[in-house]
Amino acid sequence: MASLARRRATDYTVKAISVGFAALSLVLLAWILWTLVARGLPALGPHVFTQITAPPGAGGGLLNAIVGSLIQIGVALVIGTPIGLMCGTFLAENGRGTQVGNAVRFVNDVLLSAPSILIGLFVYQLLVVPFGGFSGWAGAIALAIIIIPVVVRTTEDMLNLVPIGLREAAFALGAPQWKVVTFITWRAGRAGIVTGILLAVARAAGETAPLLFTSLGNNGWSLSLDAPMASLPIAIYQYAASPFEDWVALAWAGALIITVGVLTLNILSRLVLAKMK
Amino acid sequence: MNFAPETSIDIASAVNRATAPSAEPKLKVDKLNFYYGDNHALKNINFEIPEKRVTAMIGPSGCGKSTLLRIFNRMYQLYPGQRAEGKILFDGADLLSKDLDSTVVRSRIGMVFQKPTPFPMSIYDNIAFGVRLHERLNKAQMDERVEWCLRKAAIWEEAKDRLHTSALGLSGGQQQRLCIARTIAVRPEVILLDEPTSALDPISTSKIEDLIDELKQEFTIVIVTHNMQQAARCADITSFFYLGELIEVAASNEIFTNPREARTRDYITGRFG
Repeated sequence: MASLARRRATDYTVKAISVGFAALSLVLLAWILWTLVARGLPALGPHVFTQITAPPGAGGGLLNAIVGSLIQIGVALVIGTPIGLMCGTFLAENGRGTQVGNAVRFVNDVLLSAPSILIGLFVYQLLVVPFGGFSGWAGAIALAIIIIPVVVRTTEDMLNLVPIGLREAAFALGAPQWKVVTFITWRAGRAGIVTGILLAVARAAGETAPLLFTSLGNNGWSLSLDAPMASLPIAIYQYAASPFEDWVALAWAGALIITVGVLTLNILSRLVLAKMK
Repeated sequence: MNFAPETSIDIASAVNRATAPSAEPKLKVDKLNFYYGDNHALKNINFEIPEKRVTAMIGPSGCGKSTLLRIFNRMYQLYPGQRAEGKILFDGADLLSKDLDSTVVRSRIGMVFQKPTPFPMSIYDNIAFGVRLHERLNKAQMDERVEWCLRKAAIWEEAKDRLHTSALGLSGGQQQRLCIARTIAVRPEVILLDEPTSALDPISTSKIEDLIDELKQEFTIVIVTHNMQQAARCADITSFFYLGELIEVAASNEIFTNPREARTRDYITGRFG
Protein backbone atom coordinates (compact mmCIF):
# COMPACT_ATOMS: atom_id res chain seq x y z
CA MET A 1 0.00 0.00 0.00
CA ALA A 2 1.28 3.40 -0.94
CA SER A 3 2.12 5.73 1.88
CA LEU A 4 -0.05 8.74 2.60
CA ALA A 5 2.67 11.11 1.40
CA ARG A 6 2.95 9.26 -1.87
CA ARG A 7 -0.77 9.21 -2.44
CA ARG A 8 -0.87 12.95 -1.76
CA ALA A 9 1.94 13.49 -4.25
CA THR A 10 0.10 11.45 -6.91
CA ASP A 11 -3.08 13.37 -6.20
CA TYR A 12 -1.24 16.68 -6.49
CA THR A 13 0.49 15.71 -9.75
CA VAL A 14 -2.67 14.49 -11.44
CA LYS A 15 -4.57 17.59 -10.31
CA ALA A 16 -1.79 19.85 -11.55
CA ILE A 17 -1.74 18.14 -14.95
CA SER A 18 -5.51 18.34 -15.42
CA VAL A 19 -5.67 21.97 -14.29
CA GLY A 20 -2.76 22.75 -16.60
CA PHE A 21 -4.42 21.26 -19.66
CA ALA A 22 -7.76 22.82 -18.81
CA ALA A 23 -6.02 26.19 -18.61
CA LEU A 24 -4.21 25.56 -21.91
CA SER A 25 -7.45 24.83 -23.77
CA LEU A 26 -9.10 27.88 -22.24
CA VAL A 27 -6.15 30.05 -23.24
CA LEU A 28 -6.37 28.77 -26.83
CA LEU A 29 -10.08 29.48 -26.92
CA ALA A 30 -9.62 32.94 -25.46
CA TRP A 31 -6.85 33.61 -27.95
CA ILE A 32 -9.05 32.68 -30.90
CA LEU A 33 -11.89 34.82 -29.57
CA TRP A 34 -9.55 37.71 -28.88
CA THR A 35 -8.06 37.62 -32.39
CA LEU A 36 -11.55 37.43 -33.82
CA VAL A 37 -12.76 40.43 -31.84
CA ALA A 38 -9.57 42.43 -32.35
CA ARG A 39 -9.67 42.00 -36.14
CA GLY A 40 -13.40 41.74 -36.68
CA LEU A 41 -14.66 44.58 -34.52
CA PRO A 42 -12.81 47.39 -36.35
CA ALA A 43 -14.13 46.00 -39.64
CA LEU A 44 -17.71 46.01 -38.43
CA GLY A 45 -19.90 48.91 -39.37
CA PRO A 46 -23.39 49.59 -40.63
CA HIS A 47 -22.22 49.01 -44.19
CA VAL A 48 -21.53 45.35 -43.40
CA PHE A 49 -25.24 44.81 -42.76
CA THR A 50 -26.67 47.17 -45.37
CA GLN A 51 -24.56 46.65 -48.47
CA ILE A 52 -23.91 43.69 -50.69
CA THR A 53 -20.67 42.51 -52.20
CA ALA A 54 -18.78 45.19 -54.08
CA PRO A 55 -15.55 45.16 -56.07
CA PRO A 56 -12.36 45.55 -54.05
CA GLY A 57 -11.84 49.14 -52.95
CA ALA A 58 -15.49 50.09 -53.54
CA GLY A 59 -16.73 49.40 -50.00
CA GLY A 60 -19.54 46.92 -49.94
CA GLY A 61 -20.77 44.62 -47.17
CA LEU A 62 -22.07 41.20 -46.32
CA LEU A 63 -25.82 41.70 -46.53
CA ASN A 64 -26.31 39.17 -49.33
CA ALA A 65 -24.14 36.63 -47.51
CA ILE A 66 -25.92 37.10 -44.19
CA VAL A 67 -29.38 36.80 -45.71
CA GLY A 68 -28.29 33.87 -47.89
CA SER A 69 -26.94 32.04 -44.86
CA LEU A 70 -30.11 32.68 -42.87
CA ILE A 71 -32.31 31.41 -45.69
CA GLN A 72 -30.26 28.27 -46.32
CA ILE A 73 -29.92 27.43 -42.65
CA GLY A 74 -33.62 28.09 -42.11
CA VAL A 75 -34.62 25.76 -44.95
CA ALA A 76 -32.09 23.15 -43.79
CA LEU A 77 -33.55 23.34 -40.29
CA VAL A 78 -37.09 22.87 -41.56
CA ILE A 79 -36.03 19.86 -43.64
CA GLY A 80 -33.52 18.33 -41.24
CA THR A 81 -35.14 18.70 -37.82
CA PRO A 82 -38.26 16.56 -38.36
CA ILE A 83 -36.25 13.82 -40.07
CA GLY A 84 -33.58 13.84 -37.37
CA LEU A 85 -36.09 14.04 -34.56
CA MET A 86 -38.21 11.18 -35.86
CA CYS A 87 -35.20 9.01 -36.61
CA GLY A 88 -33.68 9.64 -33.18
CA THR A 89 -37.03 8.90 -31.58
CA PHE A 90 -37.30 5.65 -33.51
CA LEU A 91 -33.85 4.60 -32.34
CA ALA A 92 -34.60 5.37 -28.70
CA GLU A 93 -38.18 4.12 -28.50
CA ASN A 94 -38.37 1.24 -30.97
CA GLY A 95 -34.89 0.51 -32.22
CA ARG A 96 -33.12 -0.52 -29.04
CA GLY A 97 -31.36 -3.82 -29.56
CA THR A 98 -33.08 -4.51 -32.89
CA GLN A 99 -31.17 -5.21 -36.08
CA VAL A 100 -32.82 -2.38 -37.97
CA GLY A 101 -32.04 -0.03 -35.09
CA ASN A 102 -28.40 -1.06 -34.97
CA ALA A 103 -28.06 -0.65 -38.73
CA VAL A 104 -29.64 2.81 -38.70
CA ARG A 105 -27.47 3.85 -35.75
CA PHE A 106 -24.34 2.66 -37.52
CA VAL A 107 -25.18 4.47 -40.75
CA ASN A 108 -25.95 7.61 -38.78
CA ASP A 109 -22.61 7.43 -37.01
CA VAL A 110 -20.89 7.13 -40.37
CA LEU A 111 -22.83 10.14 -41.63
CA LEU A 112 -21.95 12.06 -38.49
CA SER A 113 -18.25 11.64 -39.10
CA ALA A 114 -18.35 11.88 -42.90
CA PRO A 115 -16.23 14.76 -44.21
CA SER A 116 -18.60 17.56 -45.09
CA ILE A 117 -16.99 18.01 -48.50
CA LEU A 118 -18.34 14.55 -49.38
CA ILE A 119 -21.83 15.70 -48.52
CA GLY A 120 -21.31 18.67 -50.82
CA LEU A 121 -20.19 16.38 -53.65
CA PHE A 122 -23.10 14.02 -53.01
CA VAL A 123 -25.65 16.82 -53.29
CA TYR A 124 -23.78 18.15 -56.32
CA GLN A 125 -24.27 14.83 -58.09
CA LEU A 126 -27.82 14.48 -56.82
CA LEU A 127 -29.21 17.96 -57.42
CA VAL A 128 -26.78 20.29 -59.15
CA VAL A 129 -25.81 18.11 -62.12
CA PRO A 130 -29.31 16.79 -62.99
CA PHE A 131 -30.98 20.21 -62.59
CA GLY A 132 -28.26 21.98 -64.47
CA GLY A 133 -27.06 24.53 -61.98
CA PHE A 134 -26.04 25.59 -58.50
CA SER A 135 -28.92 26.63 -56.29
CA GLY A 136 -29.95 27.70 -52.80
CA TRP A 137 -32.00 24.51 -52.59
CA ALA A 138 -28.92 22.37 -53.13
CA GLY A 139 -27.07 24.32 -50.44
CA ALA A 140 -29.96 24.02 -47.99
CA ILE A 141 -30.27 20.29 -48.57
CA ALA A 142 -26.54 19.79 -48.10
CA LEU A 143 -26.80 21.66 -44.79
CA ALA A 144 -29.85 19.56 -43.86
CA ILE A 145 -27.72 16.45 -44.36
CA ILE A 146 -25.18 17.97 -41.95
CA ILE A 147 -27.95 18.69 -39.43
CA ILE A 148 -29.75 15.34 -39.55
CA PRO A 149 -27.12 13.03 -38.00
CA VAL A 150 -26.41 15.51 -35.20
CA VAL A 151 -30.10 15.76 -34.35
CA VAL A 152 -30.54 11.98 -34.60
CA ARG A 153 -27.67 11.35 -32.22
CA THR A 154 -28.60 13.96 -29.61
CA THR A 155 -32.29 13.07 -29.75
CA GLU A 156 -31.52 9.40 -29.20
CA ASP A 157 -29.07 10.13 -26.40
CA MET A 158 -31.44 12.52 -24.66
CA LEU A 159 -34.42 10.16 -24.92
CA ASN A 160 -32.29 7.32 -23.59
CA LEU A 161 -31.73 9.43 -20.50
CA VAL A 162 -35.47 9.58 -19.84
CA PRO A 163 -36.11 6.87 -17.23
CA ILE A 164 -37.95 3.77 -18.45
CA GLY A 165 -40.16 4.19 -15.39
CA LEU A 166 -41.61 7.41 -16.75
CA ARG A 167 -42.63 5.70 -19.98
CA GLU A 168 -44.05 2.74 -18.07
CA ALA A 169 -46.04 5.10 -15.86
CA ALA A 170 -47.62 6.66 -18.94
CA PHE A 171 -48.30 3.27 -20.52
CA ALA A 172 -49.80 2.14 -17.21
CA LEU A 173 -52.45 4.86 -17.52
CA GLY A 174 -53.48 3.35 -20.83
CA ALA A 175 -51.66 5.72 -23.16
CA PRO A 176 -50.90 4.54 -26.69
CA GLN A 177 -47.24 4.72 -27.68
CA TRP A 178 -47.50 7.87 -29.77
CA LYS A 179 -48.92 9.77 -26.81
CA VAL A 180 -46.27 8.41 -24.48
CA VAL A 181 -43.62 9.66 -26.91
CA THR A 182 -45.09 13.06 -27.70
CA PHE A 183 -46.42 14.03 -24.27
CA ILE A 184 -44.00 12.31 -21.93
CA THR A 185 -40.63 11.33 -23.37
CA TRP A 186 -40.22 14.29 -25.71
CA ARG A 187 -41.31 16.60 -22.96
CA ALA A 188 -38.94 15.04 -20.46
CA GLY A 189 -36.06 15.22 -22.93
CA ARG A 190 -36.95 18.51 -24.60
CA ALA A 191 -34.13 20.51 -23.02
CA GLY A 192 -31.53 18.18 -24.47
CA ILE A 193 -33.33 17.80 -27.79
CA VAL A 194 -33.58 21.56 -28.33
CA THR A 195 -29.94 21.94 -27.37
CA GLY A 196 -29.06 19.27 -29.93
CA ILE A 197 -30.97 21.08 -32.66
CA LEU A 198 -29.23 24.36 -31.80
CA LEU A 199 -25.91 22.54 -31.80
CA ALA A 200 -26.69 21.20 -35.26
CA VAL A 201 -27.65 24.66 -36.50
CA ALA A 202 -24.44 26.05 -35.06
CA ARG A 203 -22.48 23.40 -36.87
CA ALA A 204 -24.29 23.97 -40.16
CA ALA A 205 -23.85 27.74 -39.83
CA GLY A 206 -20.09 27.43 -40.01
CA GLU A 207 -19.86 24.85 -42.80
CA THR A 208 -18.20 25.95 -46.02
CA ALA A 209 -17.42 22.72 -47.82
CA PRO A 210 -20.99 21.50 -48.40
CA LEU A 211 -21.90 24.87 -49.92
CA LEU A 212 -18.97 25.11 -52.34
CA PHE A 213 -20.47 22.71 -54.88
CA THR A 214 -24.11 23.35 -54.13
CA SER A 215 -25.13 26.97 -53.61
CA LEU A 216 -21.74 28.21 -54.85
CA GLY A 217 -22.03 31.75 -53.55
CA ASN A 218 -23.39 34.85 -55.22
CA ASN A 219 -21.91 38.31 -55.33
CA GLY A 220 -25.23 39.81 -56.34
CA TRP A 221 -28.50 40.19 -54.48
CA SER A 222 -30.74 37.15 -54.84
CA LEU A 223 -33.42 35.65 -52.63
CA SER A 224 -34.26 32.85 -55.03
CA LEU A 225 -33.56 29.32 -53.85
CA ASP A 226 -33.41 28.26 -57.49
CA ALA A 227 -30.34 30.40 -58.17
CA PRO A 228 -26.84 30.34 -56.70
CA MET A 229 -26.97 31.88 -53.24
CA ALA A 230 -24.44 33.74 -51.14
CA SER A 231 -23.53 32.60 -47.63
CA LEU A 232 -21.27 33.84 -44.85
CA PRO A 233 -18.82 30.92 -44.80
CA ILE A 234 -18.32 31.11 -48.57
CA ALA A 235 -17.92 34.88 -48.39
CA ILE A 236 -15.32 34.47 -45.65
CA TYR A 237 -13.55 31.81 -47.70
CA GLN A 238 -13.58 34.02 -50.77
CA TYR A 239 -12.58 37.26 -49.02
CA ALA A 240 -9.99 35.87 -46.64
CA ALA A 241 -8.01 34.35 -49.50
CA SER A 242 -8.10 37.55 -51.53
CA PRO A 243 -5.19 40.03 -51.71
CA PHE A 244 -7.41 43.06 -51.00
CA GLU A 245 -7.27 44.57 -47.55
CA ASP A 246 -10.90 45.66 -47.38
CA TRP A 247 -12.08 42.18 -48.42
CA VAL A 248 -9.90 40.55 -45.76
CA ALA A 249 -11.38 42.96 -43.21
CA LEU A 250 -14.88 41.91 -44.31
CA ALA A 251 -13.86 38.26 -43.86
CA TRP A 252 -12.96 39.01 -40.22
CA ALA A 253 -16.23 40.84 -39.76
CA GLY A 254 -18.09 37.85 -41.19
CA ALA A 255 -16.26 35.45 -38.90
CA LEU A 256 -17.15 37.60 -35.91
CA ILE A 257 -20.80 37.71 -36.98
CA ILE A 258 -21.01 33.91 -37.24
CA THR A 259 -19.33 33.44 -33.88
CA VAL A 260 -21.51 35.96 -32.11
CA GLY A 261 -24.57 34.49 -33.80
CA VAL A 262 -23.77 30.97 -32.63
CA LEU A 263 -22.90 32.21 -29.15
CA THR A 264 -26.17 34.14 -28.92
CA LEU A 265 -28.06 31.05 -30.05
CA ASN A 266 -26.45 29.02 -27.28
CA ILE A 267 -27.07 31.61 -24.58
CA LEU A 268 -30.66 32.11 -25.72
CA SER A 269 -31.32 28.37 -25.65
CA ARG A 270 -29.97 28.15 -22.12
CA LEU A 271 -32.11 31.07 -20.98
CA VAL A 272 -35.23 29.63 -22.57
CA LEU A 273 -34.58 26.20 -21.10
CA ALA A 274 -33.92 27.64 -17.66
CA LYS A 275 -37.27 29.37 -17.87
CA MET A 276 -39.04 26.23 -19.04
CA LYS A 277 -37.78 24.45 -15.94
CA MET B 1 -36.32 -28.51 -8.31
CA ASN B 2 -40.00 -28.67 -8.83
CA PHE B 3 -41.05 -29.13 -5.26
CA ALA B 4 -44.57 -27.74 -5.62
CA PRO B 5 -45.85 -29.20 -8.85
CA GLU B 6 -49.49 -28.11 -8.58
CA THR B 7 -49.81 -24.96 -6.57
CA SER B 8 -53.54 -24.78 -6.53
CA ILE B 9 -54.78 -23.05 -3.45
CA ASP B 10 -58.37 -22.41 -2.67
CA ILE B 11 -58.57 -19.05 -0.99
CA ALA B 12 -62.31 -18.76 -0.75
CA SER B 13 -62.33 -20.02 2.81
CA ALA B 14 -59.44 -17.78 3.76
CA VAL B 15 -61.20 -14.77 2.35
CA ASN B 16 -64.40 -15.62 4.11
CA ARG B 17 -62.66 -15.84 7.40
CA ALA B 18 -60.74 -12.64 6.80
CA THR B 19 -63.45 -10.39 5.50
CA ALA B 20 -67.05 -10.06 4.56
CA PRO B 21 -68.56 -12.56 2.12
CA SER B 22 -66.80 -12.39 -1.23
CA ALA B 23 -68.29 -12.54 -4.68
CA GLU B 24 -66.55 -13.86 -7.79
CA PRO B 25 -62.81 -13.14 -7.82
CA LYS B 26 -61.88 -9.95 -9.66
CA LEU B 27 -58.83 -11.61 -11.16
CA LYS B 28 -58.44 -15.33 -11.59
CA VAL B 29 -55.02 -16.61 -12.57
CA ASP B 30 -55.23 -19.99 -14.23
CA LYS B 31 -52.15 -22.16 -14.91
CA LEU B 32 -49.98 -19.15 -15.63
CA ASN B 33 -46.41 -19.61 -16.81
CA PHE B 34 -44.14 -16.71 -17.61
CA TYR B 35 -40.80 -16.52 -19.39
CA TYR B 36 -38.11 -13.87 -19.72
CA GLY B 37 -36.53 -15.36 -22.82
CA ASP B 38 -35.46 -18.80 -21.64
CA ASN B 39 -35.86 -17.99 -17.97
CA HIS B 40 -38.97 -19.61 -16.57
CA ALA B 41 -39.94 -16.91 -14.08
CA LEU B 42 -43.42 -17.98 -13.00
CA LYS B 43 -44.35 -21.62 -12.74
CA ASN B 44 -47.91 -22.79 -13.04
CA ILE B 45 -49.53 -20.12 -10.90
CA ASN B 46 -53.16 -20.51 -9.85
CA PHE B 47 -54.39 -17.58 -7.84
CA GLU B 48 -57.56 -15.65 -7.16
CA ILE B 49 -57.78 -11.99 -6.26
CA PRO B 50 -61.05 -10.99 -4.60
CA GLU B 51 -62.85 -7.77 -5.37
CA LYS B 52 -62.48 -4.72 -3.10
CA ARG B 53 -59.89 -6.34 -0.90
CA VAL B 54 -56.21 -5.75 -0.47
CA THR B 55 -54.14 -8.69 -1.63
CA ALA B 56 -50.44 -8.63 -0.78
CA MET B 57 -47.71 -10.55 -2.59
CA ILE B 58 -44.56 -11.13 -0.59
CA GLY B 59 -41.40 -13.12 -1.15
CA PRO B 60 -37.66 -12.68 -1.59
CA SER B 61 -36.28 -10.68 -4.52
CA GLY B 62 -36.58 -12.52 -7.80
CA CYS B 63 -39.46 -14.71 -6.63
CA GLY B 64 -41.76 -13.46 -9.38
CA LYS B 65 -44.17 -11.29 -7.42
CA SER B 66 -43.46 -8.11 -9.38
CA THR B 67 -43.49 -10.13 -12.57
CA LEU B 68 -47.00 -11.31 -11.82
CA LEU B 69 -48.10 -7.77 -11.01
CA ARG B 70 -46.76 -6.56 -14.34
CA ILE B 71 -48.68 -9.26 -16.17
CA PHE B 72 -51.97 -8.03 -14.73
CA ASN B 73 -51.75 -4.76 -16.66
CA ARG B 74 -49.83 -6.27 -19.58
CA MET B 75 -46.73 -4.19 -18.88
CA TYR B 76 -44.63 -7.17 -19.98
CA GLN B 77 -45.92 -6.78 -23.52
CA LEU B 78 -43.78 -3.67 -23.94
CA TYR B 79 -40.76 -5.94 -23.96
CA PRO B 80 -40.16 -8.44 -26.74
CA GLY B 81 -38.85 -11.72 -25.39
CA GLN B 82 -41.19 -11.74 -22.41
CA ARG B 83 -44.11 -14.08 -22.78
CA ALA B 84 -46.96 -15.45 -20.74
CA GLU B 85 -48.86 -18.72 -21.12
CA GLY B 86 -52.09 -19.66 -19.43
CA LYS B 87 -55.05 -17.51 -18.56
CA ILE B 88 -55.92 -14.59 -16.35
CA LEU B 89 -59.63 -14.03 -16.16
CA PHE B 90 -60.66 -10.46 -15.47
CA ASP B 91 -64.40 -10.23 -15.03
CA GLY B 92 -64.60 -13.34 -17.16
CA ALA B 93 -62.45 -12.13 -20.08
CA ASP B 94 -58.93 -13.44 -20.64
CA LEU B 95 -56.45 -10.64 -19.94
CA LEU B 96 -53.76 -12.31 -21.99
CA SER B 97 -55.92 -12.59 -25.11
CA LYS B 98 -54.85 -10.50 -28.09
CA ASP B 99 -58.48 -9.45 -28.57
CA LEU B 100 -58.26 -7.20 -25.56
CA ASP B 101 -56.72 -3.77 -26.22
CA SER B 102 -53.79 -3.03 -23.90
CA THR B 103 -54.81 0.60 -23.46
CA VAL B 104 -58.26 -0.48 -22.28
CA VAL B 105 -56.82 -3.12 -19.94
CA ARG B 106 -54.49 -0.52 -18.44
CA SER B 107 -57.27 2.00 -17.96
CA ARG B 108 -59.21 -0.60 -15.95
CA ILE B 109 -56.18 -1.98 -14.10
CA GLY B 110 -53.99 0.90 -12.94
CA MET B 111 -50.49 0.70 -11.56
CA VAL B 112 -48.31 2.66 -9.14
CA PHE B 113 -44.59 2.03 -9.25
CA GLN B 114 -41.83 1.67 -6.71
CA LYS B 115 -40.24 5.01 -7.49
CA PRO B 116 -42.52 8.01 -7.76
CA THR B 117 -42.85 8.85 -11.45
CA PRO B 118 -44.36 12.33 -11.75
CA PHE B 119 -44.51 13.54 -15.36
CA PRO B 120 -42.52 16.69 -16.10
CA MET B 121 -45.59 18.92 -16.07
CA SER B 122 -47.89 20.60 -13.56
CA ILE B 123 -49.70 18.68 -10.83
CA TYR B 124 -52.98 19.37 -12.60
CA ASP B 125 -51.69 18.14 -15.96
CA ASN B 126 -50.23 15.01 -14.40
CA ILE B 127 -53.79 14.02 -13.58
CA ALA B 128 -55.45 15.45 -16.67
CA PHE B 129 -53.06 13.53 -18.94
CA GLY B 130 -54.44 10.15 -17.91
CA VAL B 131 -58.06 11.29 -17.81
CA ARG B 132 -57.90 12.80 -21.30
CA LEU B 133 -56.73 9.48 -22.70
CA HIS B 134 -60.10 7.94 -21.99
CA GLU B 135 -62.67 10.67 -21.48
CA ARG B 136 -63.62 14.04 -22.90
CA LEU B 137 -64.28 16.37 -20.00
CA ASN B 138 -64.87 20.10 -20.04
CA LYS B 139 -62.84 22.41 -17.83
CA ALA B 140 -65.24 22.31 -14.89
CA GLN B 141 -65.55 18.53 -15.00
CA MET B 142 -61.80 18.17 -15.19
CA ASP B 143 -61.31 20.53 -12.24
CA GLU B 144 -63.78 18.44 -10.30
CA ARG B 145 -62.03 15.20 -11.23
CA VAL B 146 -58.64 16.58 -10.25
CA GLU B 147 -59.93 17.67 -6.85
CA TRP B 148 -61.75 14.38 -6.35
CA CYS B 149 -58.74 12.19 -6.95
CA LEU B 150 -56.35 14.45 -5.05
CA ARG B 151 -58.70 14.28 -2.07
CA LYS B 152 -58.93 10.50 -2.41
CA ALA B 153 -55.15 10.29 -2.41
CA ALA B 154 -54.96 12.55 0.66
CA ILE B 155 -52.85 15.17 -1.03
CA TRP B 156 -55.45 17.84 -1.84
CA GLU B 157 -54.61 20.05 1.12
CA GLU B 158 -50.93 20.09 0.21
CA ALA B 159 -51.48 20.51 -3.52
CA LYS B 160 -54.53 22.75 -3.93
CA ASP B 161 -52.59 26.01 -3.94
CA ARG B 162 -49.98 24.82 -6.39
CA LEU B 163 -51.95 22.80 -8.91
CA HIS B 164 -50.36 24.60 -11.80
CA THR B 165 -46.78 24.36 -10.65
CA SER B 166 -44.46 21.54 -11.66
CA ALA B 167 -45.09 18.21 -9.99
CA LEU B 168 -41.34 17.74 -9.77
CA GLY B 169 -41.32 20.26 -6.91
CA LEU B 170 -43.24 17.93 -4.60
CA SER B 171 -41.49 15.79 -2.00
CA GLY B 172 -41.03 12.08 -2.66
CA GLY B 173 -43.99 11.10 -0.51
CA GLN B 174 -46.19 13.75 -2.10
CA GLN B 175 -45.10 12.64 -5.55
CA GLN B 176 -46.08 9.08 -4.75
CA ARG B 177 -49.52 10.18 -3.54
CA LEU B 178 -49.84 12.23 -6.72
CA CYS B 179 -49.06 9.08 -8.70
CA ILE B 180 -51.78 7.26 -6.78
CA ALA B 181 -54.16 10.17 -7.46
CA ARG B 182 -53.26 10.04 -11.14
CA THR B 183 -54.04 6.34 -11.23
CA ILE B 184 -57.34 6.77 -9.41
CA ALA B 185 -58.33 9.65 -11.71
CA VAL B 186 -58.74 7.23 -14.60
CA ARG B 187 -61.23 5.36 -12.37
CA PRO B 188 -59.79 1.87 -12.72
CA GLU B 189 -61.32 -1.16 -11.06
CA VAL B 190 -58.02 -2.63 -9.90
CA ILE B 191 -54.97 -0.78 -8.57
CA LEU B 192 -51.61 -2.52 -8.65
CA LEU B 193 -49.02 -1.20 -6.22
CA ASP B 194 -45.43 -2.27 -6.83
CA GLU B 195 -43.56 -1.66 -3.57
CA PRO B 196 -45.15 1.78 -3.38
CA THR B 197 -43.45 2.85 -0.15
CA SER B 198 -39.99 1.36 -0.47
CA ALA B 199 -38.53 4.72 -1.53
CA LEU B 200 -40.37 6.71 1.16
CA ASP B 201 -39.77 7.79 4.73
CA PRO B 202 -41.88 6.31 7.59
CA ILE B 203 -44.34 9.21 7.77
CA SER B 204 -45.08 9.13 4.05
CA THR B 205 -45.30 5.36 4.27
CA SER B 206 -47.91 5.47 6.99
CA LYS B 207 -49.94 8.03 5.01
CA ILE B 208 -49.94 5.73 2.02
CA GLU B 209 -50.90 2.74 4.15
CA ASP B 210 -53.87 4.68 5.55
CA LEU B 211 -54.74 5.55 2.00
CA ILE B 212 -54.70 1.91 0.92
CA ASP B 213 -57.20 1.20 3.68
CA GLU B 214 -59.48 3.93 2.35
CA LEU B 215 -59.15 2.92 -1.25
CA LYS B 216 -60.22 -0.68 -0.79
CA GLN B 217 -63.78 0.55 -0.24
CA GLU B 218 -63.90 1.25 -3.96
CA PHE B 219 -61.02 -0.51 -5.62
CA THR B 220 -59.50 -3.96 -5.76
CA ILE B 221 -55.91 -3.57 -4.62
CA VAL B 222 -52.91 -5.80 -5.23
CA ILE B 223 -49.71 -4.78 -3.49
CA VAL B 224 -46.20 -6.15 -3.82
CA THR B 225 -44.12 -5.43 -0.76
CA HIS B 226 -40.86 -6.41 0.86
CA ASN B 227 -42.12 -5.13 4.15
CA MET B 228 -43.95 -7.92 5.96
CA GLN B 229 -45.34 -5.60 8.62
CA GLN B 230 -46.86 -3.62 5.79
CA ALA B 231 -48.52 -6.71 4.37
CA ALA B 232 -49.78 -7.63 7.83
CA ARG B 233 -51.12 -4.11 8.42
CA CYS B 234 -52.69 -3.41 5.05
CA ALA B 235 -53.63 -6.64 3.37
CA ASP B 236 -56.68 -8.80 3.87
CA ILE B 237 -55.00 -11.64 2.04
CA THR B 238 -51.32 -12.36 1.72
CA SER B 239 -49.63 -14.64 -0.77
CA PHE B 240 -46.09 -15.92 -0.51
CA PHE B 241 -44.00 -16.47 -3.64
CA TYR B 242 -40.71 -18.31 -3.81
CA LEU B 243 -38.55 -19.09 -6.85
CA GLY B 244 -41.38 -18.43 -9.26
CA GLU B 245 -43.97 -20.45 -7.42
CA LEU B 246 -46.93 -19.47 -5.34
CA ILE B 247 -46.25 -21.27 -2.08
CA GLU B 248 -49.10 -20.20 0.11
CA VAL B 249 -52.00 -17.81 0.17
CA ALA B 250 -54.20 -17.12 3.17
CA ALA B 251 -55.84 -14.41 5.22
CA SER B 252 -53.05 -12.12 6.42
CA ASN B 253 -53.61 -12.70 10.13
CA GLU B 254 -53.41 -16.40 9.44
CA ILE B 255 -50.33 -16.50 7.26
CA PHE B 256 -48.36 -14.32 9.67
CA THR B 257 -49.37 -16.21 12.80
CA ASN B 258 -49.82 -19.73 11.62
CA PRO B 259 -48.39 -20.44 8.15
CA ARG B 260 -49.02 -23.88 6.74
CA GLU B 261 -45.84 -24.16 4.73
CA ALA B 262 -42.38 -24.46 6.27
CA ARG B 263 -40.91 -22.13 3.63
CA THR B 264 -43.45 -19.45 4.43
CA ARG B 265 -42.61 -19.73 8.09
CA ASP B 266 -38.88 -19.52 7.36
CA TYR B 267 -39.39 -16.42 5.27
CA ILE B 268 -41.63 -14.50 7.61
CA THR B 269 -39.44 -15.28 10.57
CA GLY B 270 -36.47 -13.95 8.61
CA ARG B 271 -34.57 -17.18 8.15
CA PHE B 272 -33.96 -16.46 4.46
CA GLY B 273 -34.76 -13.89 1.85
